[in-house]
Amino acid sequence: MESKDLGKSPIVQKLRDWDPQVVADVIEFRGETTVVVPAQHLLRTAEYLATEPSLRFSFLSDLTIVDRFPIEPRFELNYQLLSLDREERLRLRVKLSGAEPAVASVTPVWPTANWHERESFDLFGVRFSGHPDLTRILLPDEWEGHPLRKDYPVEGFR
Amino acid sequence: MTGEARASTTTIETPAGPAQPMVLNMGPQHPSTHGVLRVILELDGETVLSAKSVIGYLHTGIEKSCESKTYSQCITLTDRIDYLAPLSNNLGFCLAAEKLVGIEVPKRAQYIRVLLTELTRISSHLVWLGTHAIDLGAMSVFLYCFREREEIMKIYEYVSGQRMMTSYFRIGGLALEPPPGWLDRVQRIVDAMPGHIDEYETLLTENRIWKARTVGVGMLSKEDAIAMGVSGPLLRASGVPYDIRKMFPYSSYDEFDFEMKTDNGGDCYARYKVRIAEMRESLKIIRQAMNKIPAEGPFRAELPGVIPPSREEMKTSIEGLIYHFKIFTEGFAPPPGEVYQAIESPRGELGVFMASDGSPKPYRVKFRTPSFVNLQSLPNLCVGRLIADVVACIGTTDIVLGEVDR
Repeated sequence: MESKDLGKSPIVQKLRDWDPQVVADVIEFRGETTVVVPAQHLLRTAEYLATEPSLRFSFLSDLTIVDRFPIEPRFELNYQLLSLDREERLRLRVKLSGAEPAVASVTPVWPTANWHERESFDLFGVRFSGHPDLTRILLPDEWEGHPLRKDYPVEGFR
Repeated sequence: MTGEARASTTTIETPAGPAQPMVLNMGPQHPSTHGVLRVILELDGETVLSAKSVIGYLHTGIEKSCESKTYSQCITLTDRIDYLAPLSNNLGFCLAAEKLVGIEVPKRAQYIRVLLTELTRISSHLVWLGTHAIDLGAMSVFLYCFREREEIMKIYEYVSGQRMMTSYFRIGGLALEPPPGWLDRVQRIVDAMPGHIDEYETLLTENRIWKARTVGVGMLSKEDAIAMGVSGPLLRASGVPYDIRKMFPYSSYDEFDFEMKTDNGGDCYARYKVRIAEMRESLKIIRQAMNKIPAEGPFRAELPGVIPPSREEMKTSIEGLIYHFKIFTEGFAPPPGEVYQAIESPRGELGVFMASDGSPKPYRVKFRTPSFVNLQSLPNLCVGRLIADVVACIGTTDIVLGEVDR
């Protein structure tokens, strides 16, 4: 599944040339490229990918969290990027530990992240610093717990 | 925009001081919200100063439920996400699972899938057109649209046995062989539809009331549309040529000859025109698919242990029986990994993110639903305009609340 020597993709090469620190790992699976980015570099990398004229990942399709409980770091945040001009997709992945998971919000780069991040906060309890309105979106405000976490039972707490 | 709207309207001075903006709760039980959407509007007179959508009333935890079911069992849940386009959801989920396992679907099944999902697009656009028109006061269009939609529902029923929750696409192909004579029924719809679309257009396209309610209403610029992650007809009506069927073809869409319709208007009228044009393009695809579908051939792939064997094989061979039993009791286990598969649903980019940990149940399934993301752009559409335009703006985004809340 994972291999470290990859990253032959021109995008990954470009990222490495720009700043080797931001590419912690590259995963290729079924023709899809995932770049693992250290959490502290996420916003910087997002800005670069969205604005760099030869990349232009101007469209954020999706943000999905995968909870790997009990493995640490527990949360994997998958940002699904799309370049409309270059017709190319790229996935950014950030790993966060289970103790007070927080990462910078990417809403300054992609305003569409607003609801995606609210949903992630609602269902996983991951905090996004700098988010304009980090409140629950699908569940009632007084709900306790974050249902999509793996330690939350399917039938709920009774 | 909010500031301009505030400045351009007169503030009434009362003895108690300047008038305060009024907060109006629209929904969750409001006919124009097409379900249970609540919009909190801040108003100055009739002008909208801000709009905040409150969603979640239909949240049923479909993504969490998927984690406790096998891959095949999840298909029935996908119908219920967007109940106006069940086959598109089936397709998105099946394609993601097929990508994860690495299944090549037979061409015959791929063409049948294309034909049925394009029919779904037409039926979904018909519901949109009918309800949008009734919101804006055109009653008869609604009745015509539902008349034609009914014919498409009958095709679903004939092919899958279900009118709405079809679950007809399965991982690796189709649930069962389509019944004989189904293409003749599709042919009747394809023959009649262009005339019906002309009929809707005579009622609306040059209608003065329709134009007064839609032209210039709900403007969404190209830049805003991309920034808000909007997709589907909403994005194309703002002049961005993004159609997943063209950009990342799936299910043999690259073998079909059709045009991607865009419009630079960016208003409700442009979206109306794009959707009408899309219905005509869908008919074009359906006609081509009818010629392409071979009369004979497998309707699902063969992959022992993953795809159920045929009925005959199950009854006559011991391997077939074992595989049948194992697939329906345990399911199959794809290799660990994550995939993202997007399709062009009638509403836009329907993405399915699927993570496997090597067990027979998906570790995580995420549905990136177009309605959820498109609804986020509602304030961009209606701030600075009148309350009546909010109705037009909600209608034009073509949201399905089941899909917004999942």
